[in-house]
Amino acid sequence: MSVTSVYPQLELLLPQVAKPIQYVGGELGAVATDWDAARVRWALMYPDAYEVGVPNQGIQILYEVLNERPDAMAERTYAVWPDLEKLMRDNGVPQFTVDAHRPVAAFDVFGVSFATEMGYTNLLTALDLAGIPLTAADRTDDHPIVVAGGHAAFNPEPIAEFIDAAVLGDGEEAVGEITDIVRDWKDAGSPGGRDELLLRLARTESVYVPRFYDVDYLDDGRIQRVVPSRADVPFRVHKRTTMDLDAWPYPKKPLVPLAESVHERYAVEIFRGCTRGCRFCQAGMITRPVRERSITTIGEMVETGIEESGFNEVGLLSLSSADHSEIADVCSGLADRYTGENVSLSLPSTRVDAFNVDLANELSRNGRRSGLTFAPEGGSERIRRVINKMVSEDDLINTVVTAYGNGWRQVKLYFMCGLPTETDEDVVGIADMAHKVIKAGRQASGNRDIRCTVSIGGFVPKPHTPFQWAAQADPETVDRRLKLLKQAINSEKSLGRAIGYRYHDGRPSLIEGLLSRGDRRVADVIRRVWEEGGRFDGWSEHFSYDRWVGAAAATLPAHGVDLAWYTTRERDENEVLPWDHLDSGLDKEWLWSDWQDSTAEVEQDDCRWTPCFDCGVCPSMDTEIQIGPTGKKLLPLSVVGQR
Amino acid sequence: MSRKEPDQQAPVVQRVRVRYAKRGPLRFTSHRDFARALERAVRRAKLPIAYSSGFHPHPRISYIAAAPTGVASEAEYAELALRDRMGPDDLLKALDAALPPGLDITEAIEAHTSGLADRMEASAWRIELPGVTVEVANAAVEAFLAAETVTVTRLTKKGDRAFDARAAVVHASVRPVAGGDGERYAILDLVVRQVTPAVRPDDVLSGLSLVASLVPPVPPRVTRLAQGPLTESGDITDPLRADREHPSVGAGE
Repeated sequence: MSVTSVYPQLELLLPQVAKPIQYVGGELGAVATDWDAARVRWALMYPDAYEVGVPNQGIQILYEVLNERPDAMAERTYAVWPDLEKLMRDNGVPQFTVDAHRPVAAFDVFGVSFATEMGYTNLLTALDLAGIPLTAADRTDDHPIVVAGGHAAFNPEPIAEFIDAAVLGDGEEAVGEITDIVRDWKDAGSPGGRDELLLRLARTESVYVPRFYDVDYLDDGRIQRVVPSRADVPFRVHKRTTMDLDAWPYPKKPLVPLAESVHERYAVEIFRGCTRGCRFCQAGMITRPVRERSITTIGEMVETGIEESGFNEVGLLSLSSADHSEIADVCSGLADRYTGENVSLSLPSTRVDAFNVDLANELSRNGRRSGLTFAPEGGSERIRRVINKMVSEDDLINTVVTAYGNGWRQVKLYFMCGLPTETDEDVVGIADMAHKVIKAGRQASGNRDIRCTVSIGGFVPKPHTPFQWAAQADPETVDRRLKLLKQAINSEKSLGRAIGYRYHDGRPSLIEGLLSRGDRRVADVIRRVWEEGGRFDGWSEHFSYDRWVGAAAATLPAHGVDLAWYTTRERDENEVLPWDHLDSGLDKEWLWSDWQDSTAEVEQDDCRWTPCFDCGVCPSMDTEIQIGPTGKKLLPLSVVGQR
Repeated sequence: MSRKEPDQQAPVVQRVRVRYAKRGPLRFTSHRDFARALERAVRRAKLPIAYSSGFHPHPRISYIAAAPTGVASEAEYAELALRDRMGPDDLLKALDAALPPGLDITEAIEAHTSGLADRMEASAWRIELPGVTVEVANAAVEAFLAAETVTVTRLTKKGDRAFDARAAVVHASVRPVAGGDGERYAILDLVVRQVTPAVRPDDVLSGLSLVASLVPPVPPRVTRLAQGPLTESGDITDPLRADREHPSVGAGE
């Protein structure tokens, strides 16, 4: 049975909303799907506004991978803004896909990618608009299976009540496996209904189905244990790792929207994983081991990506792009290829290192040199040892001197506030660094017209990191330190004038902390916030701290816990953490010893260049580090720009 | 060390004027959205577009009086400056193929004259009014045309702004059309002079609601059918005629 488009009804609402083009679809690279021919139909959602969601790499990759399968199809859906949400409710228009404007409830699988926990309330809006019961237990065989993915899925417990399943780790192969299982179950006449399908998924040991696990609590509120509720599901669910990135060169046909989006560029992931070992960084911990894409594949992807999309910017993405074993050849090869083509190349996420300035010089040799970004993360050598960000002050000064000396006029420095063991002095030290940067920069450039911007964000302890046991700093402490820092920056007027200061108050971080390390009891808070109108919590103009605090105070005491218990409380070694049954590959004992090393200010080297330190990932996941060099070079394109 | 000077870009050797249409769902494309899409289509089609010099080289494309977001159009215009010569027909084919269906290039002509924007004296608009009968629409239009001035307000970035919507309307008439389900409704044909501040079709609709309480039950569908020089009889003529009639010699203006 075919499913009708809701576009005729939607079209009447579009003249009444802001930026209607975001709901129309028709992107370059979008796939015209055949509903009737597909046996397994996926609706993929990025639970934020279209402008943020459409460039998301994860969704683009899965969309393409699924649509290449003859037996599957995928369409995309994004969070609708409150103006359209209201009109949709008033006029009975359900949550729809932007591809063919089909109702999300008509699909077999509703896959939602959570890059951040702040999208949880948007999940509830989408489910509700789709006519899918919010509580997974209330769904029938007619409803889609709701699957969560993305980094936040490494602790999906706060949304366990709302999802049917979660997938940890890389999605390229996981979506195929889930598609096979759903297809076989449907072809067999859906035996055993929804429960049987979920059971088949759970038995793969790489799909977490919360309903098959019971959580018991101790009298003091801590978790006693999390155990399977039936004999045939695994005790632990393991993350997925795509080992050969060259075999998965996606996105091949990037989505190019008509609407403006946050990243207007072709992005290619040059490697996945990171073993720099920054202790605050969940992404670096849960994506191990390092797997490089080869210089040859990168070159091919950029070539077709630019040709298919018409983008004039290429981003070479990863968690620490300058660490690619052939990054120098990648950069100079691409710069050679695109000379005179008005294509700009960028290398986000670089470390503090003069080598990075060389790379940036290479990438900008055809264009302007405006700003370079570095992330020392901590303002004192001591705190940088705590977080394992191995950057000395000399490194930083040498790096910025090289940058300013090469004609760069602005340097952005990223820091965090509220780190474990942090003191006022650690944060105020940032001002001292910034002052030295300006002094050294003025000397190196012979120019007073240089700038430095200090950007500082609140630290949130994340699951599967050495800081998963740490007490989060309360917002008052964070805000007080941010204020001290501001005063310190401006204490020397001639230097302070050249320094920009950007920060966010500490309160959203506390809520992110609740959602990051929360357990199933936090679902009550999310539901209540949503019922009271909470939407788009990642947007400062929509986020309401008071609403979250109020909802936490109204719901958590019934469970004998509160907001502070989840956030500013330090956990001890033996506490059962809500995500202990979810296996990121990291050995919990190693994480604990790294946490102990952290407070003792002991650093940990990178296993790419020093011996293995037994974090546990490679042996438990049967994976290995995959790095070059391959020794290959990027040859000039035969007739660039003339084909 | 001083900053590196940006590379000089190749000079312009030819200008091509294109007429394009915004159709169906893509009528919700804003002008900024369209400009971005066209620039990317130019890259994908590998047109020999000229770039501005400077630290931010931009493709040299100029746009003329774009229709508002949500309004369909059969008569939008842009001018592309090229660094190498290219036949307008080839340009049309390549560019149209690189744009999504619904953003369609319908004509391409080498520019031999200046002042295209000045030639856009008026626009013809077709406003479909589902749910509005011809009688009701007729009465509203008569009342509107009979008025000396019809002061409407529009919310702009600087707050509410009041202006006359009547004087710019050269022609307004109503005809019937059968809708999809057999229901007949009114179509309003307008010719509106390009003035400052601009009088847009929705301003005329506001005027109709002011003078005759005409409130369409569903959002009207508006299409620009033509824009160009206005004759004394109130017709709009081809704005590219001068370029079309010019003997095709040399490049530029």
